This record gives sequence, structure tokens and C-alpha cells, in this order.
Amino acid sequence: MNRITELFKRKNAILSVYFTAGFPALKDTVPVIESLSAAGVDLIEIGIPFSDPLADGPVIQHSSELALRNGMTLRLLFEQLKDIRRSIQAPLLFMGYLNPVLQFGVEAFCIQAQEVGIDGVIIPDLPFSEYVEEYEAMFTKYGIINIFLITPQTSEARIRLIDEHSKGFIYMVSAASTTGAKAGVTAVQSDYFARVRAMNLRNPLLIGFGISDNETFANACAYANGAIIGSAYIRALEQGTDVQTSTARFVQSILTN
Amino acid sequence: MYQVNEKGYYGSFGGAYIPEMLYPNVEELRLCYLDIMNDAGFKTEFDNLLRDYVGRPSPLYLASRLSAHYRMKIYLKREDLNHTGAHKINNTLGQILLAKRLGKKRIIAETGAGQHGVATATVCALMGLECIVYMGEVDIDRQAPNVARMKLLGATVIPALCGSRTLKDATNEAIRDWINNPIDTHYIIGSVVGPHPYPDMVARFQSVISAEIRAQLLSHEGRETPDYVLACVGGGSNAAGAFYHFLNDESVKLIAVEAAGKGIDTGHSAATMVLGKPGIIHGSKTMLMQTSDGQITEPYSISAGLDYPGVGPVHAHLFKSGRASFVSVTDDEALAAAFLCCKLEGIIPALESAHALAHLEKMKANETDVVVLNLSGRGDKDLATYMKHQNL
Repeated sequence: MNRITELFKRKNAILSVYFTAGFPALKDTVPVIESLSAAGVDLIEIGIPFSDPLADGPVIQHSSELALRNGMTLRLLFEQLKDIRRSIQAPLLFMGYLNPVLQFGVEAFCIQAQEVGIDGVIIPDLPFSEYVEEYEAMFTKYGIINIFLITPQTSEARIRLIDEHSKGFIYMVSAASTTGAKAGVTAVQSDYFARVRAMNLRNPLLIGFGISDNETFANACAYANGAIIGSAYIRALEQGTDVQTSTARFVQSILTN
Repeated sequence: MYQVNEKGYYGSFGGAYIPEMLYPNVEELRLCYLDIMNDAGFKTEFDNLLRDYVGRPSPLYLASRLSAHYRMKIYLKREDLNHTGAHKINNTLGQILLAKRLGKKRIIAETGAGQHGVATATVCALMGLECIVYMGEVDIDRQAPNVARMKLLGATVIPALCGSRTLKDATNEAIRDWINNPIDTHYIIGSVVGPHPYPDMVARFQSVISAEIRAQLLSHEGRETPDYVLACVGGGSNAAGAFYHFLNDESVKLIAVEAAGKGIDTGHSAATMVLGKPGIIHGSKTMLMQTSDGQITEPYSISAGLDYPGVGPVHAHLFKSGRASFVSVTDDEALAAAFLCCKLEGIIPALESAHALAHLEKMKANETDVVVLNLSGRGDKDLATYMKHQNL
């Protein structure tokens, strides 16, 4: 069984954390993953930096720009991750944009991802229809789960369709926004969360975008199987002194009630 | 064969590579753009405004001194004489009428040289809609008069501060704005780029250029088709409009002129067809300047309107299929051609259009060949650059 599916079978209130590979320093990729895992994060999203991250707000844009300036590439990322499964049991996801994957070669990407022990990918600019027609067979062949996003504007029929083609979980974007938006769960959002939950989908749900502290995390967990934090953690890394201390402190602040 | 197919592709290029957050907006547009554009009421309103507000048809002018200089029969399609000084208004007018029918209250746009920003601000003022224009910080500096125009017309100009701080980055910011404002906002893309249906929609609004050329050439020359149509290409909207009604006339040679910047091999260029390979930018699969790691390269051209690392998917297809030839022209060649056009014809062209003019020098046409060059814009906005290089 895929590690993601196994995680959702075993646990609720799942904390998933995103970081940008090669940030703050080029060599921080593995230390960040190890610190997140040691601090009790359930699911780790490794951001593949891209020059033009359309769905991201300023914090992740900035970390991507720095990571690229540090010299991060997809090739180097696979190199850095080659022994990651010796120390890490948590499910690992890649989150990145389609163009670097296309240039690397989709099949080569799937092969290497499987080799280093990546469980799934989130590619926001790979649309549902293109995925189903062009990529689903290939991803399935190499055991890579593709995670889809839904938003408050996604129709019920489309959510059903996405649910049918999803494995692992569905990424429920909390509001119409880029990443790092203002925190908080508004009345409109709770209606949306409740509406989706009432659909009794096959797949579990993680809420992302705008989750930044223990209050927003706990709120999200009331409506879904857990939540995803990105920009707030990047900010903590930026402001902290060393990766281990910043990570431990940050994760503790999220999980402490 | 050269038009978009039902899935939104031109050959292997195009599509709609957008995050789910944009899906409902783009889907809404995809489902209704043709119905709206084909509606009789829409057509009448659009045509009347093109005539009375924009000043169409724009003249097709036989440039006799340029013709004598280059020894071929050169007609200039005078898009520079449109209201706001370029072809951009054909598209913004069409899109604002469409946005109104969709019930949108807020308009966003990206701009490079500022021509599309001014054209958008203009139609927003005309229709009383809020207007926000994203523009790269570098372009704000080099196109100051257009920034002032947009502000005078009531638009808010927001600088794009990321990346190369030019057109590509302004487009990123506009797309992010749209993600954050999915209900009441329409994004008026200025070129034949972006996710389907934008490339097709913009090409259709710009196709008035070639429709007029056919009719005007018939009265000038007794035939509807020239031997050559020449246009500059950044994203490619003026070229798409100038080529549109000639695509199936294989006898008409289509020449698209890209910006070579300081030279193809200098690392300071925007010649996408030469330097690019297939990739994804702004929601479209097209030819793209990028690194081997798939990071989008920061382009360079003296002309802000051609300073774009991608190109419309229709052009990628015309390139790959061989229907159009793609050539490139350096900054210096474009400047020299602009000065020549000023001197021989009394027309100050936009730097973008000057790239098309510069290719005349390299063409091997016969004296009797009829060449239509789309003079996409006027050079008022480029005065500072022209004055700086006047002694070339």
C-alpha cells in the first residue's frame, strides 16, 4: 500500500508541511526533511523550485527564487534525495510546476521519483483532463499518486470526477487565492468545507492555503482529515537561526493546543 | 488546418495548463466566447465602436519612398493610426464588450510596452469599469509616457517586482490577481498567449486587420492577396491579426520578425523560435526560452513589447508546420529601420514595428512583389530611446 493511503488509514488530524528544496541553503533539503519528520510532521511536501510559480504568493515565490539562485535543479534534487528512505518513513510528496518535469522527461521523472521513494506529486498547472489523457497511465505504472486540487468554485460534478481519479487525498484549497493568503476560516469557507464533507467522497481531504498557526490548523482539522502549511513554515525558516531549532519550534507551535 | 482545434490546440501547441483555481473562469470563457462573438448585437456594437471610436478601417498606405528604396511595392497597414496608437485596442475593445456581457465589474491586464495597458485603461474608462494594470518595474521606467497615460485614464498601475521585472512577470502577477479574484474579474490578456480560449479569442479580435487588408488591397491592386505579409512577433497578436485571413492562401508568404536583442548568441535576446524549445508558459504549451532544467529564461529586447520568452501557440504551430517563416532582427537593425522610416515616410514607428521594417533590408523580393507590412504601432512612447540612439 502506498505510504499516503496507509497514513490516512492510521491517523487523523494530519499535519502536512511544504518547504522549498534548496532553501534556505542548497544543502538544507535533507536536513529540513529530517527535522520535519523528527518534529512529528505526518506528510512532507518537497517543493521543486520554479522560476514562474503562478499559484504561489510572495513568500514561496521568494524561496523559489533563492533556491534557484542557490543552484537547485530537479537533477540535483534527485541526487540529494537518493538515500532519503534510509532515515525517513513519512510519506513524501513533490510539489512543483509542469515545465521542469516536462524538460526532465515525464517517464524519467516517474522512474527517479519511484527510485528515491517519492509517493506522490502535486502539479498545480497540470490540469485534470490533460492528466487523465496524457499522464495517468504513466504515473500509475510507477506508483506515483497525483494529488488534485479543488477550490470553493469547483462544481460538485467536477469534484465527483476528481474524486474518481484521485488516490491518497484531495487537496482542498481553502479560498480563491494564491499560497500564503490571510489566515482564518470564514463563514463562507466553513460552508464550503461542510458542503464538500457532506459529499462523502472516496478520498480523504486536506485543507491548504491560509493555514499558518495552531488555531487555523485546529479549525481545518474540524472539517477535514488534516491540513497543509507552506508559507508560514518558509517564513519561520527565513527568520530562524538554524533549520533544526526553527523547525522544532514551528511544528510544536502548530501542534500545541 | 492552422486554426485552433476543439481541444484548444494548434497542432501540438496550446491547451490550458492552468491551476484548478482558474478553471471555472477559463471554462466559462471557453464555453461562451464564440456565442458572444457571433451574436448579432455584439457584432454591431463592436463594429460601430471600431469605426467611430478606434477610427477603423486603418489605411493601407503605399509607401512609395520606402518602396523605391527597397525596390519592392511596400504597403504599410497603419495600425499606428488607431486610437491609442496601436493594434492593441482592437482586442481590448472586443474583450471589454465580452466582459460586460459576462457581468464582470473589474478588469485586470498585463502590459509590456504599455500599449496594451493604455488600450485596456481606455476601454475601461469608456465602459466605466475598474482597471488594474500590472507592468514590470523595468518597463515602467522605460515606457514612462504610457504609465502616465494609464493613470490619466483612471487605471491603477501595479509594478511587477519579481524575476526580470518585464512582461513575463507582469503576466504572472495578473494571473495571480485573477486567482485571488475569481468571481467579478475579467483578465484582458493582450496577446495571443495564455490558456485556451485566449489565443483564439485574441486572434479573432485582431483578425479585422487582415480582413481590411484584403478589401483594401483589392481596390489598390485589383487582387486580395499580397505576395508577402510581414509583422513583428513578441507574443504575436498583431502578426496573428495580419496573417489570419491569409493562412489558407498558401501563395501568400508570411514572415514573422522576432527580436534578436543584442544578437542571437549574446545571451541578450528574445528570439524564441531560435532559442526556445517546447514548454509551458502562462497556461499554454508553446515554444519557450528556458534552461535545460525547465526554468524560464529572462529575455532581452530594446523593445518592451517584444521582450517575452514565449510566443503564442498559433505561431509555434506556424513555425513548426513551415507555414510562416520566422526571422530575427537586432536592436541596432530595428533602430536604423525606425530612423529610415522617419526620414523617408514621415512616420515614427513603434520600436516593435521597427523590427518588421528592418527585415525589408534582408528580403529578396522582386520589384513587382507586393509586400504588406503591419505597422502595429506608433513611436511616441519610444521617443526617449530614439533620442538616446539618434547618432547611430
